[in-house]
Amino acid sequence: MTKQDIRVGVDIGGTFTDVALDHPGGLATTKVLTNYANPEQAILDGIAQACAAAQVSPERIGQVIHGTTLVTNALIERRGAKTAFITTEGFRDVIEMRSENRFEQYDLNLELPAPLVPRQHRLTAHERMSPQGDVLLPLEEADVARLVDLVIAGGYEAVAIGFMHAYANDAHEVRLARALRAAAPDLSVSISSVVSPQMRELPRFNTVIANAYVQPQVADYLGRLVTRLRDTGITAPVFMLHSGGGLMSVETAAEQPVRLLESGPAGGAIFAAELARGHGLDKVLSFDMGGTTAKICLIEDGQPKTANSFEVARTYRFKKGSGMTVSTPVVEMVEIGAGGGSIASIDAMGRIQVGPRSAGSEPGPACYRRGGENPTVTDANLMLGRLDPENFAGGAIPLDPALSESAVADKLAAFEATDAAFGITEMVDENMANAARVHTVENGRDIEHFTMVGFGGGAPLHACRLCEKLGITALLIPPGAGVGSAIGFLKAPFSYEATRGFFQRLSQFDPEAINTTLAELEDEARSFVAQGSEGQETEIRLTAFMRYAGQGWEIPVPLPHGSFSPADAALFRDRFEAAYRGLFGRIIEGLEAEITNWSLVVQTRLPAPRPVPKPEGESAAPVTRQRRIYDAAQRDFVEAAEIARDALRPGMCAVGPAVITERETTTIVTSAYRAIAQCDGSLLLIRKGAPA
Amino acid sequence: MSPTDIDYQIMWNRLIAVVEEQATTLIRTAFSTSVREAGDLSAGLFDRQGRMMAQAVTGTPGHVNAMAESVGHFAAEIGPQNTFEGDVYLTNDPWLGTGHLHDITVVTPVFRQGTHIGYFACTAHVVDIGGRGFGPDAGEVYEEGLLIPITKFAERGQVSPLLIQMIRANVRTPDQTVGDLYSLAACNEAGDRRLQAMMDEFSIADLAGLADYIIEASRRATHAAIAKVPDGQYANTMDVDGYDAPVHMAVALAVSGDRISADFTGTSGMSAFGVNVPEVYTRAYACYALKCAIAPEVPNNAGSLAPFEISAPEGCILAAKRPAPVSVRHVLGHLVPDVVLGALHHALPGVVPAEGASALWNIQIAARASDPASGLPAREILMFNSGGTGARPKVDGLSATAFPSGVSTMSVEATEHVGPIIVWRKDLREGSGGAGAQRGGLGQVIEIEAREGYDFWFNAMFDRVEHPARGREGGAPGAPGRVELADGTKLRSKGRQKVRNGERLRLSLPGGGGYGPPVQRDRDAVRRDLEAGKITATEAREIYDLKD
Repeated sequence: MTKQDIRVGVDIGGTFTDVALDHPGGLATTKVLTNYANPEQAILDGIAQACAAAQVSPERIGQVIHGTTLVTNALIERRGAKTAFITTEGFRDVIEMRSENRFEQYDLNLELPAPLVPRQHRLTAHERMSPQGDVLLPLEEADVARLVDLVIAGGYEAVAIGFMHAYANDAHEVRLARALRAAAPDLSVSISSVVSPQMRELPRFNTVIANAYVQPQVADYLGRLVTRLRDTGITAPVFMLHSGGGLMSVETAAEQPVRLLESGPAGGAIFAAELARGHGLDKVLSFDMGGTTAKICLIEDGQPKTANSFEVARTYRFKKGSGMTVSTPVVEMVEIGAGGGSIASIDAMGRIQVGPRSAGSEPGPACYRRGGENPTVTDANLMLGRLDPENFAGGAIPLDPALSESAVADKLAAFEATDAAFGITEMVDENMANAARVHTVENGRDIEHFTMVGFGGGAPLHACRLCEKLGITALLIPPGAGVGSAIGFLKAPFSYEATRGFFQRLSQFDPEAINTTLAELEDEARSFVAQGSEGQETEIRLTAFMRYAGQGWEIPVPLPHGSFSPADAALFRDRFEAAYRGLFGRIIEGLEAEITNWSLVVQTRLPAPRPVPKPEGESAAPVTRQRRIYDAAQRDFVEAAEIARDALRPGMCAVGPAVITERETTTIVTSAYRAIAQCDGSLLLIRKGAPA
Repeated sequence: MSPTDIDYQIMWNRLIAVVEEQATTLIRTAFSTSVREAGDLSAGLFDRQGRMMAQAVTGTPGHVNAMAESVGHFAAEIGPQNTFEGDVYLTNDPWLGTGHLHDITVVTPVFRQGTHIGYFACTAHVVDIGGRGFGPDAGEVYEEGLLIPITKFAERGQVSPLLIQMIRANVRTPDQTVGDLYSLAACNEAGDRRLQAMMDEFSIADLAGLADYIIEASRRATHAAIAKVPDGQYANTMDVDGYDAPVHMAVALAVSGDRISADFTGTSGMSAFGVNVPEVYTRAYACYALKCAIAPEVPNNAGSLAPFEISAPEGCILAAKRPAPVSVRHVLGHLVPDVVLGALHHALPGVVPAEGASALWNIQIAARASDPASGLPAREILMFNSGGTGARPKVDGLSATAFPSGVSTMSVEATEHVGPIIVWRKDLREGSGGAGAQRGGLGQVIEIEAREGYDFWFNAMFDRVEHPARGREGGAPGAPGRVELADGTKLRSKGRQKVRNGERLRLSLPGGGGYGPPVQRDRDAVRRDLEAGKITATEAREIYDLKD
């Protein structure tokens, strides 16, 4: 047995630090509370627990794979380094002026999020590149010296450099960075042409600033982590899961921490993708519902959908536009403020509204007995019989239904108790279903053809009803759903996505320039992937972002990787039209197409997952007892069979209405569905009448 | 089983998602820059009587009830006997649609089991509609382009080839304009599919009960909010630059119980240029302003809009008569909320902001080869830019941010790929925010030069150059706008002008007005502004009375 056989995935979330240890005897998982002061301590504790459970000594661990929300939290809580931003003269305020719009049209007192770097710390250089990368204003040595002096005198810990059109020519950024590093070797310097070489100044500047802002802290933390792991005998290499759903070295992560922003959620998507591959599902909608938010991701052919920019740190009810757009490769997720802790209220029209405000874990839902006075989704689930007050979190948190009822009676007084509770769950399900529907429509897909994979504490309670609303026939609830991200880390390939803003009209198609650019991107990506994946087989995915000339949105166009010749302009056109038709249902004749940005992913080829066999034969699942639960479609309480999940064997079937209980969560099988236990421990919920 | 309140609430929630989805689809497929970047579109669902049930929140308050009224005109014009399944109707009549020819409204009747139950409607700004193009220079609406009366774009699923030919022959961008018509029709279709699925799920045969529920609940909530406004008559006037002559805007609000009305009697007469505003557009912006201040949380529908009664005497510049030119009606339209909110301030002190830059500073640039023989291609470039908003009673104004319009600006890097210009500068205009206990938002400074081999023309349509945004409750006015070359040569703030190669156009956008006396501004806030360079040392000392 090689050391590589024992690997550990560690996910630091807002509340819990999850550990998944993959060892020859199976998978050991554990959850410990996140330690904000010393995040690495929780990791060490968690690994120790998992190792003890698996009877594996820590020294035998061959690989540590880590993801964390700490980077996101540092941005949200503004706990970064003292950072200067140096930009082109005339563009000092790009990050403050944002897109010059208001993300909420009817709020006269709207406040926009303050920029990460305030104006007095934004310096300008006398320099300018053209869109083609020609020097319009040379950067003089005297100006470089002046800026170096200003940075040193300012006592900054980090500097971000973002010049106009630096994706087309990085010379000025590189020169200034060199001078800064020479003058102040301890200074953290990030440049936009490395961190995010894509067209559009606002997201590029945001990205390089976010990187600089968190870099000293993240580098420090990762350094401490590696040392402390070593001190406990874990000398294995540490890899980080990046937002795009692949692994990178801890050194790269320390240089480009902005790539870690969505690492936890990306792990969840990989978890779902791996499950989809094992079950032979080519179209999957992953649905991850926790206490505060729900996240939705499309997974096709085992590959989570990715994007090249996203918004972090939304400040206003998760509203689009209220955060900070960064352009770095990411697994694309829709996140909405809907979770077990989401608070229900009545608006001016007498309507039940749920979320995005959440009771969190303190005080938590009213039924937690911690002083929460607002009714939440969890309270409603309790009132509808979907949660067992005696057995919530394995009995660790005894729930008090009377507190739920009085909170609902107090805050939703106009409704009868059951109607109110039903209204709350139905409204939150509706919000999640709408978000999922819009996301699939935006991607030109029909949601009916997808299988849902539900994980996270809240998903098994709500997923079946969501499927009813969305017309989805099949739903898979995997085992270990509570630590899904950490398990996902273990399944991630090594990957690196190199991106570049490089403008091309198809009428002036220049294959030589394209080939040169792509070769550079490939070299860049390969050099990162090589750190940790020596000798492994790799694959390349090339995407051009294209649009009709004059449009403002690009769409991703997958292309074969190779060397292009002049005749390939037609190939680009064909692929673009196919992608456009797929998204919008038609193409526009007679208009020219153009390319703005490029993305090239090098990733190690994943071993084919072991196919999960279909269970042979069906038998009835053993029923613990009968229990009354509210069925949304029937609009009434129904008698449901309660079944213990750990009593299920492959092929056992529970016909809805049924409740399948386990320590961490409860799966509701509505009247319209039946559940069949699968060979890997998953539950497959199938609409009655549909083939399993 | 008949639907309960909870069912209606869920369906209402779903309808809002449906119309948002309609709007999103349009934004992603449209060719017009102002649709994509500015969200210059709307989408909504109407019942059989033409009452609006739900509308997407987009970047255009100007469409708020303009589109809502429009569907009534369609219903009347087409008539029930001529309404068939598979029909699609359209118009761009400024007086029946949303105020100028560039906006095309498409209405699709909704049928269920062969019965006509409602309408989907949407509006978008198209790239070109012929005529003189988008600008104020026409003397009559006839010169502004092709006017399509309420017409069947499709009957029983068959698109009218004659109409398509007529449009193609009359616009500069036939593929894009006609493409946008299909986009509009398709977005209504998408809405229809979602609506039908919802009606299946809830087993309802028509929209009547749901429409009544939505409209009643919204009407009640809106009336309840209006009832909190003290009864009385509240008046305000405001002078703005206008195009050929200054424009005087006057408004009188009357609040009585749960009713509120706004009347624009006393406003200047019509202009000879295309800045005139059809009344429907004035009503939209006045209603938007009142709704923001009084009942912001009530969604837009027939019930929430009806309680705001708005009128302007026919023939004034805010209720222009046919055949007045109206192409750039948005400039004065964007200023309507300032005058309305100023009146409302007397009723609701401490609620409404000071005046802001308000009217967008859109720059339309035509780059042309300096030497026509050089063969360099002509390029058109459009930029949206915003000045500062007025300070709010408790918070500063927003710098370089659109209000009341909801537009976004474009990336300078992307713009420089579109055409042969260099934007040398686009940053905040220091010292331009009106001083006050709460400071007005800062304007911005933009400098543009043509690339080698090019000159450019730009169409100036800039307000608040002669009449800056006024402060409130002792707050100072924001800085007025300025239009000049970088060497200081003054340019006109209106009309088409040329910037030669080597010259640099400099636009200094207006700041928002301040709120409350500057000496009452929090001392730390003054220091922060000074440190950030948002105010000058002189300003800090002399206007804010900062001692240290």
